[in-house]
Amino acid sequence: MKRVILFAGHYGSGKTNIAVNYALHMAKAGLPTAFLDIDIVNPYYRAKDSEELLAQNGIEFISSEYANSNVDVPALPDEIYAVLDRPEQYYVLDVGGDDRGALALGRLSPGIAEENNFEMLFVYNASRPLTSDTEGALEVADEILAACHLPFTGIVNNTNIGKETTAETVIAGYEKAKAVADAMGLPIVMNTVRADLVPALEEKIPDLFPLTLQNKRLYGAQS
Amino acid sequence: MSEKVLMKGNEAIAEAAILCGCRHYYGYPITPQTEVAAYMAKRMPKIGGVFLQAESEIAAINMVIGTAAAGCRVMTSSSSPGISLKSEGLSYMAGCDLPALVVNVQRGGPGLGGIQPSQSDYFQATRGGGHGDYHMIVLAPASVQEMADMTVKGFELADKYRIPCMLLADGTMGQMMEPVSLDITAPEKIEKPWAVTGTGCKRAHNVVNSLSLNPEELENWNMERFERYKKLAEEETLYEEYCMDDAEICVVAFGIAARVSKNAIDAARAKGVKVGMVRPITLYPFPKAPLLKAAEHCKSFISVELSMGQMIEDVELAIRCKRPVTLCNRTGGLIPTPEQVLDSILKANEM
Repeated sequence: MKRVILFAGHYGSGKTNIAVNYALHMAKAGLPTAFLDIDIVNPYYRAKDSEELLAQNGIEFISSEYANSNVDVPALPDEIYAVLDRPEQYYVLDVGGDDRGALALGRLSPGIAEENNFEMLFVYNASRPLTSDTEGALEVADEILAACHLPFTGIVNNTNIGKETTAETVIAGYEKAKAVADAMGLPIVMNTVRADLVPALEEKIPDLFPLTLQNKRLYGAQS
Repeated sequence: MSEKVLMKGNEAIAEAAILCGCRHYYGYPITPQTEVAAYMAKRMPKIGGVFLQAESEIAAINMVIGTAAAGCRVMTSSSSPGISLKSEGLSYMAGCDLPALVVNVQRGGPGLGGIQPSQSDYFQATRGGGHGDYHMIVLAPASVQEMADMTVKGFELADKYRIPCMLLADGTMGQMMEPVSLDITAPEKIEKPWAVTGTGCKRAHNVVNSLSLNPEELENWNMERFERYKKLAEEETLYEEYCMDDAEICVVAFGIAARVSKNAIDAARAKGVKVGMVRPITLYPFPKAPLLKAAEHCKSFISVELSMGQMIEDVELAIRCKRPVTLCNRTGGLIPTPEQVLDSILKANEM
């Protein structure tokens, strides 16, 4: 297990939800885990929605003090530098979407790259229109790299269409994810799926990671 | 049926506009609508369209005026404070009878307010927003699918009636992600013989203008415009009824408030309370007729809004104050919970 796990990618690809689930997974595996939210672009539906749950699981939470507030101030607290100063601590980093979201990572990436104990994961959802094909996915991946200077080390296939996701959606997305992975020369390190889909998929797709938590602070959105 | 994709509401608006043949977008970033501009910035250069981040909202709306006058499908988008800046342009567009789509993904106000969702621009949108005797067509989507579908409807109605159309969404609609089908049939391109497209030295100049030197002429323009508003109300008013057949209490809500209300209505029905909802889809023209009809069998009405109570006045007017109308609301960027709406329904039931 690498010490710093980063989730980056196209906005709306599912980074925050995966990062929260992954941090819980790490904490349950007994690793001293901290969650670092360096998203400075997303106004709503942020990791801060899960702050309490993370705290209950012993996960330290570091985020902009303006997250979920009524202003969008792209400022981060100096606590973010802890990721470079505490080598015994494991970190999950929730990076903002696209290049403009990844920009904030730039101030940490030289240190992270120098230590070289990280996984920089490209979250991919084949059902997201601008990045569904290899060309679109590569374009966003290149833009993110140019913004934050930290190379990707693997792909997370998070293909879903929200509540209407079926096993077939995921299987079709896996094929497209393989094409993206081949083009980037990177492995698919995990396929994240809603937990109830795991039984239908475990024979068909490797490295499934069930997303048990689907946190959306959306009143009435279920209807 | 094409395969569904997962989109933010803001993206759905942008892609639907492109599918409608819109190739001109001018805007300025503001939360929570920035993804409309970001999406257009990515897509337009690839399809031979124009994306232009203007120096201000005022510049953007004036670019919309010019492009609409040239007969093109054109749009801009912003959020509440930015729409206030565009208001002068909206008035000029109405005065020039120019069709265009203007998106308002509302946030809290007044002033800078906040970035969380709101519906407090209802008055501004339904009364026109700028100066003078005019209206815009105002559409209120309540899902990401409707963000796409209402974009199509907006372009269609704007062209058909030569009236600027506002898509009045809110922050949740813009930011939430849902499956959406982009199986869209673009509204037919309507001939625009009035457009400023160059005479080729073969005809007289077309003039697109809101100024008249002659008061009688200006009055005639106003009369003619209001004839179109009348026809619009007769033929294009849109609404959805939910559980209204035997309803004794009528909830009126649009956008995110309607989704919350549906959950509350289901919960109230489970308790045996006969409650239904009229959801206005066009806020202008407002669905007066179904509400007046509901007043025959409903003992009271509840207006659920993310404002201090704006649509409630239209509800009272629509039912001619025949029944009491109560307000169930939150402001400041907060959204009423299903429990709060249920509570209002149960209170109305005891009256």
